[in-house]
Amino acid sequence: MILSQFIILGAALFSLGVYGVLTRRNAVLVLLSVELMLAAVNINFVAFDVFLRDSIAGGQIFSLFVIAVAAAEVGIGLAIVLLIFRNRQSANVDELDLMKL
Amino acid sequence: MLQLLTNLNTIILATEEGGGHAEALSDGGVLASMAWLIPVVPMVAAFAIVFFGKKMPYKGWDIAIGVMAFEALYGTVLLLSHISNPIAKDFSVEIAKIGDMAIEWGWSVDGLSIMMYFVVGVVGFLVFAYAKGYMEGDIRFTWFFASFTLFAGGMLVLVSAPNFIQLIVGWELVGVASWLLIGHYWEEHENSSAAIKAFLTNKVADVGLFIGAIMISMSVGSFRFSDVMHAIEEGAAHSPVLAQFAFWAGLALFIGAMGKSAQFPLHVWLPDAMAGPTPVSALMHAATMVTAGIYLVGRMFPLYAVEGFADEVRWIIITIGALTLFLTGLIALVQDDIKKVLAYSTLSQLGYMMAAMGAGAYTAGLFHLFTHAFFKALLFLGAGSVIHSVHSNNMSDMGGLRKHMPQTFWTFAIGSVALAGVIPFAGFWSKDEILASFEYAGGHYTAAQGGAALGTAVLWIAIAGAFVTAFYMTRTVWLTFFGEYKGKAHPHESPKIMTYPLIGLAVGSALFGFINWPGVTHVFTDIVGGRAYEGFHDLEHHAESLNAVLALLGLAAAGLGWYLGWRIWGPDRETQAERDTFKVNGLYPVLEKKYYIDDAYMNGVIKPIRGPIAAAMNWFNGHVLDFIVNGAGLLMKSFGKVVYWFDQRGVDGAINASGAVTGAGGGMLRLLQTGKVQQYAILIFAATVVLVAGLVIWF
Amino acid sequence: MTDWITSPENWAFVLIAVPMVFAAFRAVTSPNVVHSVLFLVVALAASAALFLLLGAEFVAWTVVLVYIGAIIVLFLFGIMITRAPLGVETELSHSNQTKLGAAIVSGALFALITVTTIQGFGDAEVTASPTRTVEIGESIFQRFVIPFEVVSVVLLAALIGGIVLARRDPVEGDEAERSAMGSAQSANLTAEGGEA
Repeated sequence: MILSQFIILGAALFSLGVYGVLTRRNAVLVLLSVELMLAAVNINFVAFDVFLRDSIAGGQIFSLFVIAVAAAEVGIGLAIVLLIFRNRQSANVDELDLMKL
Repeated sequence: MLQLLTNLNTIILATEEGGGHAEALSDGGVLASMAWLIPVVPMVAAFAIVFFGKKMPYKGWDIAIGVMAFEALYGTVLLLSHISNPIAKDFSVEIAKIGDMAIEWGWSVDGLSIMMYFVVGVVGFLVFAYAKGYMEGDIRFTWFFASFTLFAGGMLVLVSAPNFIQLIVGWELVGVASWLLIGHYWEEHENSSAAIKAFLTNKVADVGLFIGAIMISMSVGSFRFSDVMHAIEEGAAHSPVLAQFAFWAGLALFIGAMGKSAQFPLHVWLPDAMAGPTPVSALMHAATMVTAGIYLVGRMFPLYAVEGFADEVRWIIITIGALTLFLTGLIALVQDDIKKVLAYSTLSQLGYMMAAMGAGAYTAGLFHLFTHAFFKALLFLGAGSVIHSVHSNNMSDMGGLRKHMPQTFWTFAIGSVALAGVIPFAGFWSKDEILASFEYAGGHYTAAQGGAALGTAVLWIAIAGAFVTAFYMTRTVWLTFFGEYKGKAHPHESPKIMTYPLIGLAVGSALFGFINWPGVTHVFTDIVGGRAYEGFHDLEHHAESLNAVLALLGLAAAGLGWYLGWRIWGPDRETQAERDTFKVNGLYPVLEKKYYIDDAYMNGVIKPIRGPIAAAMNWFNGHVLDFIVNGAGLLMKSFGKVVYWFDQRGVDGAINASGAVTGAGGGMLRLLQTGKVQQYAILIFAATVVLVAGLVIWF
Repeated sequence: MTDWITSPENWAFVLIAVPMVFAAFRAVTSPNVVHSVLFLVVALAASAALFLLLGAEFVAWTVVLVYIGAIIVLFLFGIMITRAPLGVETELSHSNQTKLGAAIVSGALFALITVTTIQGFGDAEVTASPTRTVEIGESIFQRFVIPFEVVSVVLLAALIGGIVLARRDPVEGDEAERSAMGSAQSANLTAEGGEA
């Protein structure tokens, strides 16, 4: 196995995640695409950890942290989506153009 | 539990190094090495009250009073042990390192901090007990005691600090807790503004503290006070870096002290801080917070005292102190709110302490701090008891309360005479010592240290201040406790939980002066002077015997103030009562005019003082800062006008052209502002890709 | 290259990677919300398998438990609660124009990373050796104990934040005994909720 194959796979996953973030209208699906990007990051972390033979397994531990933070992010993100849905009867991102004044 | 504490203590002792280096002083034994409990217990308790307070039988008050009882007991025991066998020892535990400089947490056990432990503990205990009665029924009762405990704990962290870092931590803890407490009734906008004002004014001054602490620590190479003191002890020739920065560092530290100790012109927060509950005012203006600045100057006293260091800052300190003590005293004359009178009186007394420090009278300044802590807490608590009873802060709603609340009256009267400096109450002894120090300063100091004329001038200002103090205290007592009751609520004596602390503080106010009877006793001098940095005792002087002339002058000033106050406000009450009941033709106008004596006093004494000067002070208080800001604004505005004129003549075309270009560019960029986050995201990602690709190709 | 093909590990890699990319692609393009989520499950399961291949067993099983077990369920809840259309829905994604732009950007991103990786690492070998859980445990509770604690605080904050954000405020009138402290806040929230 070579290192590049893992990183390129991660890159593919990450780019797909970016694509999803950019094209999805439904906020839940946007969050889902973000999860895909985080999974790509995890692959990089673990691949480099194994590649460098890290004695304290830093890469693996940080991938664990990423998982924990991802869980927090989904929790908060879905709560926000829920709140928006309640107030605006829609979870579509492009209908939230409050940033334009 | 005890086993655990002992073990923990052994660990800490194993890591501790250094400390007081004077051989003659004891290390205090287990009493001193366990003194870390003093700051730690209230901090822990504050959190315990937040989490468990509501479940306790007295809703958190029981934890708070338990902690303060512990503090009072420990402080007293430590003080007694210190009196019999002087202690000077620092304990430090290293927490982290910046380069070569260790950041440490520790506790200092020497005369100065032991005195503060005692004051904070004892006064705090009485105020906490009183607060239960005062705060009864408050919707945030538990929260109040949590922040109150945090406040006391922050002060103890501050006074236990053996290094600058911990001092600043304690300093800011006190600031935060005071913000919480002043804004306790935050539902009213005024109160939350007062809290913010106090916090921000202190923050401005804190910048000075930070700069001073950094300058001193960096030039000494250590955050420890003991190392700073050693550097000073070795003299300017051995510590050239410190000597070089000492003036500015000393000045910066003093600015920090001016904020917390509310010296002119940074005193503006203190009267507004009366928005907090009265027990807060009592603790804040007696034992904690405002004493922090005096404590800081006391802790750094050798820096200000030794020639070649910051000794030239002393004339600034004494001037600021003298200004504070006289100008704020006058303002107290025109206040109707009883707490405001006491607030201005606190400012005036802080001016005495600071000026004494500036005159080089370490003991006298701290002695006044010590006695003031008792009688001012007593006065505030007495005022709180009155307010509790009549439901108003204004003296125009009081009067005649002597009959309704005798215990409050008698204790308040003792506090008043102690404050006015009447023999033999505590205030007399400490104020007399301060006056003596001014006289000494007038006779002995070089021009760089303030000069002879300055010392003498300050002495007379201080005597005039004593007169004003007696004057407004007489007014306060008369308007509150004599004459006819003018309020609406039914007055009643406060519950025992409130009157007993008053009695306790009254005993302290009456008796604690005797511990430093010049020529007879010198207990207090021994307490605070214990830490023998070599030559420390030479730095300050201490009166060997009572200076009869000054004592008589001080007493005469107080007596005159009392007499005038009584003549003006005393008969006034009587005539008002008569006016309502019995109107005899011929006699009545004379009575109404108070035999025309009052007019004479009014035109001869009151108006010149109260009218122009006091009003000017009041005006100055409220307007000068505004004026400076407005002035700066006006200056900028006229500057802008000049620029505008220049603009019109020359650069107009260029400006308009660039404006048009910007406008057009903005018009185009506006198309990008769709408000759709995903389009922004596309741009962000695209830009990132382009930038990274550029970097990759470039390298 | 021949070496690469003959190695059985790489066969396993290809067997994992191809379905993974496919699943990820479908997850971001599927017109059916529930299908999207299920494809995400496949992609994440594949990443767990990849971790097993690399010997990172603990991480692999954490992914299975936390991601597939918990986060996916959360997503399904989110979909149900926001009443996203459950069947096939063409309106789930943006117009083709946006899709084209997004495809260009993400394609460029992929190309950039790929080129940089190959330039940077070439064919550096990775030899998988199993990481024992005890090593992870020792490392996390010694070297990384502070980040670990911080993460737990983050989770707690997220928990509380989620509750505060998502909870529906009680109808007015139930709250008569509320103290003045909370009333301003609740009034504020009710005003917002009242529009819904």
